[in-house]
Parts: sequence; C-alpha cells; structure tokens
Amino acid sequence: MDYATLKFIWWLLVGALLIGFAIMDGHDMGVGALLPFVGKNDTERRVMINSIAPHWEGNQVWFVTAGGAIFAAWPFVYATAFSGFYFAMLAVLWALFFRPVGFDYRSKVADPRWRSFWDWGLFVGGAVPPVIFGVAFGNLFLGVPFQFDDTLRVTYTGSFFGLLTPFPLLCGVVSLAMLVTQGAHYLMLRTDGDVAQRSRKAAIAFNLILAATFALAGAWLAYGIPGYAITSGGLPGAPSDPLAKEVVQQTGEWLANYSRYPATLLLPALAFASIAIGLIAAIKNKGGIAFIASSLTCTGIIGTAGASLFPFVLPSSSHPQSSLTAWDATSSHFTLGIMLGVVILFLPLVVIYTSWAYRVMRGKVTGTFIEQNSKSVY
Amino acid sequence: MISESLVDLSRLQFAVTALYHFLFVPLTLGLAWILVIMEMVYVMTGKEIYRDMVKFWGKLFGINFALGVTTGITLEFQFGTNWAYYSHYVGDIFGAPLAIEGLLAFFLESTFIGLFFFGWQRLSKVGHLIATFLMALGSNLSALLILVANGWMQDPVGAEFNFQTMRMEMTDFWAVLFNPTAQAKFVHTLSAGYVTGAVFVLGISAWYLLKGRDKPFALRSFRIAAAFGFASALSVIVLGDESGYTVTESQQSKLAAMEAMWETEPAPAGLTLFALPDQAARTNHYEIKIPYVMGIIGTRTLSTEIPGINDIIAMNRARIEKGQKAVIALEALRRDPKDPTVKAVFDQYKSDLGFGLLLKKYVADVRQATPEMMDKAAEDTIPKVAPMFWSFRLMVALGVGFLLLFSWAFWASARNRIENNRWLLKTAIWFIPAPWIACELGWVVAEYGRQPWTIYGVLPTHLSTSTLSVGSIVFSLGGFIVFYTGLLIAEMYLMFKYARLGPSSLGTGKYHLEQQGA
Ligand code: HDD
Ligand code: HEM
Ligand code: HEM
Repeated sequence: MDYATLKFIWWLLVGALLIGFAIMDGHDMGVGALLPFVGKNDTERRVMINSIAPHWEGNQVWFVTAGGAIFAAWPFVYATAFSGFYFAMLAVLWALFFRPVGFDYRSKVADPRWRSFWDWGLFVGGAVPPVIFGVAFGNLFLGVPFQFDDTLRVTYTGSFFGLLTPFPLLCGVVSLAMLVTQGAHYLMLRTDGDVAQRSRKAAIAFNLILAATFALAGAWLAYGIPGYAITSGGLPGAPSDPLAKEVVQQTGEWLANYSRYPATLLLPALAFASIAIGLIAAIKNKGGIAFIASSLTCTGIIGTAGASLFPFVLPSSSHPQSSLTAWDATSSHFTLGIMLGVVILFLPLVVIYTSWAYRVMRGKVTGTFIEQNSKSVY
Repeated sequence: MISESLVDLSRLQFAVTALYHFLFVPLTLGLAWILVIMEMVYVMTGKEIYRDMVKFWGKLFGINFALGVTTGITLEFQFGTNWAYYSHYVGDIFGAPLAIEGLLAFFLESTFIGLFFFGWQRLSKVGHLIATFLMALGSNLSALLILVANGWMQDPVGAEFNFQTMRMEMTDFWAVLFNPTAQAKFVHTLSAGYVTGAVFVLGISAWYLLKGRDKPFALRSFRIAAAFGFASALSVIVLGDESGYTVTESQQSKLAAMEAMWETEPAPAGLTLFALPDQAARTNHYEIKIPYVMGIIGTRTLSTEIPGINDIIAMNRARIEKGQKAVIALEALRRDPKDPTVKAVFDQYKSDLGFGLLLKKYVADVRQATPEMMDKAAEDTIPKVAPMFWSFRLMVALGVGFLLLFSWAFWASARNRIENNRWLLKTAIWFIPAPWIACELGWVVAEYGRQPWTIYGVLPTHLSTSTLSVGSIVFSLGGFIVFYTGLLIAEMYLMFKYARLGPSSLGTGKYHLEQQGA
C-alpha cells in the first residue's frame, strides 16, 4: 500500500478511536457528571455507579489506546499537543485520578462524608475531561502558537489561559453536552424508577443544549474563523517533515472541504439527525434507541470536526509553516503498515469481547439488587 | 541551551511517578495468577472456601488495581507532556508497543476484570474461571509490551536514523519485539511480580494464623502462596542472572557501574562482594572480592574480558570525537539534503551520532566543543557508581532472602507444620515490604544505570525533554506529590481495613468476626 493511502487510513483510524472513546468512555463519563444530580440518595447513586461498574475500566482503555495510537501513528502530534497543552493535560489527568479510586473505594467505607467526597470526585472525573477535550478541539480551529526549530524540536509559546477564549469554550460545552447526553441515554436503558425518569429529563435538556451549541459553533466557524491552507509542499507521499511546506491563513478554508468533497456534508447532517432522533426517543422513553442515536451523534460531531480540519491536525498560529497535517506528522511507512496490521487483527476482537461482556451484564440495575448485594457491588 | 534544572526536574518527576506506578504493578501481576490458581482449585473441588478465597484476595487485588490504573495513565501521558523531543525522536518505534499494549493487553485485562468482580452470578463456574484467567493473561501481556518498549530504550535494535525526518525509524519489527534484552527483562520482572504476590498472601495469611483466626482459610492460602512463591523465587534469581548477562552484552557502562569495576581485569574477572566506591578517585576502598566469578556470570566464558570504567571512558571519548563530525554533517545535510559529499561524511560517522549529541549539554554549536568538554562528556557516560553498586547488591540479597523464606515455608507446609511455627509466621509478616523494596531497587539499577541516555547510545537524556519552563514542572511535580500522597493514604487505609477484616468482609456469615457477633 502506498504511503499516502496509509496516512489517510491512519487519519480515519485515529478518528475511529476518538469516536470509540466518545461512545464508550463517554457514557460512563456522562454518568459520572450526572451522578450528584440524578442520584438523590446513596442507593440511587450506587445504582448509577453499578450500571457502569463492570465496564468502565474497559471503556477507559479506549482513551489509553487512542493516546497510544496517536503516539505510534502521529508522534509529532503526540509530542506537540501533549507538551503544548501541558496544564490542560495535567487537569485531565488529575481529574481522571478520581475515577478508578472513586469507583472502587467509594462504597468500601460506610461514612457518608467519605461517600459524598468520592461522588464529587466521580463528578469531576466525568465532567472535566470532556470540557477540556472540547476546548482543545476548539483551539485546533483557531491555531495554536508553536514552532519547530531545525532539529524539529517543538516550542510552544502560548499559555494555559490563552486557550480559554470564547470559541473554544463553546466547543467545551458542545463536548460536555454530547457526553452527558450519551450518559443520560445509557442510564435510561440500564436503570429504572426515579433514576431513569430523572435521566430522561436530563437527556431531553442536554439534547436541546447540544443541538443549539453545535449549530452555533458551526455558524461561528463559517463566518468568524479563518482557516488554514497549504500553498506549496506538504505532499501526501513525502517523508514527514513539517517544515517542508508553506501554509497561509485564509477565511473560509474550514468549510472548503464541504464543497471539495460534498459527501462530507453527511457528517454534520448525521449529527443533527441523530440528535433529533435521540430527543424523540428520550421523550418517548426508549432508552435503547436513544443510546444508539447519541452514539451516532458522537460519530457525526467528531467526524465534522475532523473533516473541517482535514488535512490539518494541529495548525500553528504563530508559525503556520510548522502546522501539523495528516501528511507530515506521521510515522514512517513501515511503522504505519505494521500498526495497521495490528489494528486489523485486534480491534475486531476487542469489539467482540466487549459486546459479549455487555451482554453478560445486561438488564436493569435496581435499588433492591444493590441492597441485597451490598457487600459485593460498588 | 536546555536548562539543567529542567532536565533534572523532568527526570525527578518521571522517577517519582514511575516508581510509584511500580508500587502497584507487581502485586497485580502476581496476585492475578494466585487468584487463578485458587479458582482452579474451586472449580475442581467445588469447595466453597476456595471461592471465598478468590473473592477475598480479589477484594485486596481490586484495591491495588485501582491505583495501578490511576498511576499508569500518568506514565502514558508523560512521554508526550515531559519528553516531547524524545517522543518525536523515537515515537516511530517506541509508540508501537505502547499502542499494541493498549489494544492487546489493557483491553483484555480491563474488560475481564469487570466480569471477575461482577460476573459471579452471571457466568458458569468455568466461565468465571476463564474470565479470571484472561484478566491475568492481559496484565502479563501488558508487562510484556511495556518491557519491549523499555528494553528497546536499553538496547535499541531494529531501527535507523533518518535525517529527512530527524528521528529514528523502525526497520525491523521482529527485532524490536524479540529483543533479547526485552525478553530477559520481561521474565525477570514478571517473576519479581509473582514473588510480590506470593509474599503478600503468605504474610497476611501468617498474620491470621498467629491470631488464630479463620485457620482453614488462612492455611490453604498460606500453602498456595508458599508453593507459588518458591517457584517464583527460584526463577527471579535465575532470570535475574539472565538480565545480568544481557546487560554485559549490550550495556557495558551499566555493568561496570553495578560492579564498581574501574579497571579492566584479565579474564575471568572477580566478583566484588563489598566495597566503598569512590567516584572522584576512581577506586574502591575496603574491597572484598571473589576471584573468577564475575567473569563467568557476566560472559559465560573463562576468556572474555569485561571492560572497566577507565577503559570505557577512553573508548567513549573517541566516539564523541567521531560523533561531533556526525552532528556537524547532519546540520549541513538539513540545509542541503542533496549534497553527496556531506551525505557520505554523515553516513561514515552516523553510528556515533548519539555520542556527538552528548556535547550539546555543554555547547549549543558542537563545532565549538573544547577538549575539556569532550572529557567531561566522556565521563558522563558512566552513571554514578555508588547507588548502582548498592542498589544491585541489596536487590540480590533480598532475592536470596526470598528463596530462603519460601524454602522454609514450602518445607513447613509439605510437612504440615505451619500453624505452630511462630518464627516462620513472624518472619513471613516481616517480609511483606521486602519485594517492593527489591522491585524499586531493580528499576533504579535498570533506569539510573542507563544514564546519561534515554535511548542507550542514541539519544542523551539531556536533549529528550519538552521545552517547558522550570516553574511548570515544579507545579506539576508538586501536584503529583500531593495527589499521590492522598491516594496512597486512602489505599493503605483500605488495604489495612480489609486485611484486618479478612474473609469476614465478604458478609457470608461464616467467618471469625461475624461468628463473634461483631
Ligand atoms: C512490568 C510491568 C509494567 C511496567 C514496567 C509498567 N506497567 Fe503500566 N501497568 C501494568 C504493568 C506495567 C499492569 C500490571 O498491567 C497495570 C498495573 C496495575 C494495573 O492495574 O495494570 C498497569 C496499568 C497501566 C495503565 C492503565 C491501564 C488501564 O487503564 O487499564 C497504563 C496507561 C499504563 N500502565 C502505562 C504504563 C506506562 C506508560 C509505563 C512505562 C513508563 C508503564 N505502564 C510501566
Ligand atoms: C514502572 C517501572 C519503572 C520504573 C520504576 C522506572 C524508574 C525510572 C527511574 C528511577 C527513572 C529516573 C532515572 C534518572 O533520571 O536517574 C526513570 C526514567 C525514565 N524511564 Fe523509567 N522506570 C520504569 C519503567 C519505564 C518504562 C517501561 C519506560 C519506557 C517504556 C521508561 C522510560 C523512562 C524514561 C523516558 C525516563 C526519563 C528519562 C531518563 O531519566 O532516562 N521507564 N525511570
Ligand atoms: C538474586 C538475584 C537477582 C539478580 C541477579 C538480579 C539481576 C538484575 C539485573 C542485572 C537487573 C538490571 C537489568 C537491566 O538493567 O536491564 C535487574 C533489574 C530488576 N530486578 Fe533484579 N535481580 C535479582 C533479584 C531480584 C528480586 C528478588 C526482585 C524483586 C522481587 C528483582 C526485581 C527487579 C526489577 C523489578 C528490575 C527492573 C526491571 C528489569 O530491568 O528487568 N530482582 N535485576
């Protein structure tokens, strides 16, 4: 397979892993974010926690693997984004600290202060990462201030607070709403009684918020944010050297792909259509359909972001030539080939046994179940 | 130039977070198999007590596992956040095992741990056993892949430098995967984990026996731990020797530092049992030596010489001069990639490029390096001797200690004389922290001994860092210390709480504390 095709496939695969992350880890982060509000007493909160208890570890691996895959396939992006967004990464990391410990330790001690501490910990672990991921994505559209020297060492010249401008913050809300919706739909499916009813209300509200903020972000992108374009060099088949190209900033570039490749319009269309279906399903109290719909919403929204940026992955605002693209931020031809083989071999297997695990644990988690198995569940 | 304190703080942060991660890893690796063994006995005999054993030790396993996961994510991020140039320079090779680890190992481990805890009522007996087995397999595979990555840093095979992309690129995947250094590390580290699991179960069971609580439960646990631990303690020594052999082959400076060998000795070299190494004078005080032994262990022959520190420094001094030429040619090549004469010079000196980069610690433009700078850079290629020498000896001493402990415990359990052997029981309790100490020391030997390189002979630590301010790292390091201290307190509190409760914590009504009406 030629190098350019392989690079494109890896662009799709990284996207697929991010979507996998949003669907899987997204729903348990959503549950975490809703925990203090939907669960009104200890048993209700335990119902919520136990609806994801057997799965959250596996779900979190989508996140870990997406990180590993970016390292292996796009080492430039891994190095630049992680060190550039240093404080943002720390915030994600520290928020995530609360999850493993929160799930496992919370119910092992009866003291209500201990439990409420970890409930808020799970809230932080569920709400903070989506916001930061959204803000980070938003900044990609604006461009991030960084540049490479001759030895391809990267220096980031911005600050943490520089990331918190209005458009990225809006993207943070989109991202949070997307994952909370995903979590609320999951709870409708896996719980009953008051918890399920409150989740339904949350689902309706967050579907509406999501539709509004996503539309607003799209309009903003169309009219208010200049995009980037490659003017020379940076060819798909060339060795990965970000400095071997010229880049300019140009209004309208972020929408250019939609006229260049009209099929990409299906992605935002998918996002809006599935939000609508999710909303209707939530109103009609159909948890299963709602969950499938919001999984498609994740696909549509992340796909839209990716397609708008393509082939850019991480544009540089201070030195546009240093921008990273799907063509010049990748690993070598050989490594991309090996890694593709590995993914083809193992990813289907992961999907199969994960689905099987969900099948084994299917059904609703109820308050009575929690009270009867108080010592063996979370 | 890159500030020294930035490099030192980044190293400190990595060391703190990695050593902390490895407080939880070995117990996961070892206890997982002990759970599998207990559950196999349960499936075969159908005795409920074995199921209770799996559930109780599984609870402790879970408490530990949670922190293993928490702290592992830190490491996964940290290559990018704090070692950006490293990530760029070797991501093409190093990233691959990390990604495969996620796909192959973490998914397996983490999906089945869910079924391990919550699948008791949903799976058949055998089905549940398979879930437990797959969880253990996943955790062991994760060790394999991360050690392939780490082994490559110690012994970078199957890769080549590409001047167009300014990085190392993979040329042979199988060479990376089946790197002998990585394989030796893998088996040694796994058996260290098994020892840890066995000592943990042995020690806690011994405590119940001393207190006279839940005897049938504790005795059975003790026996399984003794047998498993005996095999593991043997293999940790045999496989540690294998690790030592691969070090002799691929990392002479590390070996010389571990052994405080200043001069090359005529083969076969002697083994130093005790000494006070003196780095400034490049000599040892109060040395006690056994003749021949080191040569035989290190090279498995009687005739191969092991080079001493002074000779290694002289050899590396020569490589630094050649490396300087490589760096200069590379800079020219970056400006004009098509110039054939420069390319020829570069190709000639390419294998010493890493040594040339060592000079960048002292001067930004290596053309201006003085002979004094070269001397210093050559001296840098030897890690500090005293910590290496002592960490290694303490690890080995503990290894011998485990073998003695488990031989004793195994002997006692074979003759059915455990309960009344108070000395054995007390010793087993005192040994509980020992495997953790040995593991941490092992990593200090392996990682500190790799200095001044992150990729041995290829990329100096000094150049590997991200371009960050010193203040950011002080902040993050402070944050990690605060979080990790808090988490450790919570973990230890629960560990002690549940270890004290023992099987009574399962709420079956059959065990000690519940029987007393408590
Ligand atoms: C010899 C074994 C070993 C070594 C050297 C390391 N780890 Fe580890 N890691 C494990 C063995 C392990 C494990 C046994 O699989 C863990 C520990 C406890 C656990 O829960 O899984 C784990 C967990 C774990 C996790 C969480 C996985 C999950 O979410 O399920 C991550 C992301 C990492 N590790 C990453 C790393 C990185 C980047 C390392 C190198 C710097 C590293 N580990 C060293
Ligand atoms: C969990 C087990 C590990 C422990 C306890 C450990 C320990 C350490 C220690 C003590 C240092 C500091 C050395 C110094 O600066 O003097 C260090 C540095 C480092 N280690 Fe490890 N390590 C572990 C696993 C790994 C693995 C598996 C990798 C790679 C796959 C790795 C990569 C590094 C890197 C990149 C540095 C920083 C650069 C350097 O100082 O060389 N470590 N580690
Ligand atoms: C008695 C015999 C032992 C010998 C000869 C031995 C030898 C070694 C050597 C040479 C290394 C360095 C490998 C390298 O730098 O690449 C090492 C590392 C290590 N040792 Fe040991 N060791 C022994 C016992 C132990 C024990 C008892 C434990 C723990 C229970 C242990 C845990 C470790 C760990 C975790 C590492 C770091 C990982 C690695 O590099 O393999 N060792 N050992």
